[in-house]
Amino acid sequence: MILGRVCGTVVATIEHPFYDGKKQLIVRACLPDGSFDGEKYVIAVDLVGAGVGETVLVEDEGNSARQMMGNLKNAPIRSVIVGIVDQVALG
Amino acid sequence: MKLGRVIGTMVATVKYKGMEGLKLLIVRPLTADGREDGEPFVATDASAQASSGDLVTWEASREAALLHENWFVPVDHAVVGIVDQHAYDDGGKR
Repeated sequence: MILGRVCGTVVATIEHPFYDGKKQLIVRACLPDGSFDGEKYVIAVDLVGAGVGETVLVEDEGNSARQMMGNLKNAPIRSVIVGIVDQVALG
Repeated sequence: MKLGRVIGTMVATVKYKGMEGLKLLIVRPLTADGREDGEPFVATDASAQASSGDLVTWEASREAALLHENWFVPVDHAVVGIVDQHAYDDGGKR
């Protein structure tokens, strides 16, 4: 899983039917101290109601994402926001 | 998924079985805020309507193949949708 911060939204009218009605957020990867991890980012489907500016947990793996969609065989999805992070404690 | 810009189209008459009718696009990957990020690649078009100049979302690896009706195809990059609105705000932290 990836720690990240929601930095934006993407809206598409013409898209693969699977993504119709699914909120897609731009999440930039973060280091535990909260700084961005280079240019790494992902556009993920939001399952928890996250918003811009929030720190989130992103699952970036196809099989896990398909399980969460309840369609193990062929949902064309890989990245899903699965949690909103309140606090990161190191050490 | 990631952001990309369609910079061209490609036509191949002879394609592997199962890829008939798939449209091919040349896509340049973009960063989260829309700057160019790396070399272009060829992707199939799962949105069916993307064309040159469009801002799009794309998916790679197995999920790219799964975007197609016949999902057992040798495809490793595919365009998912055409972006109408792209909002970006990193809080000035870069």
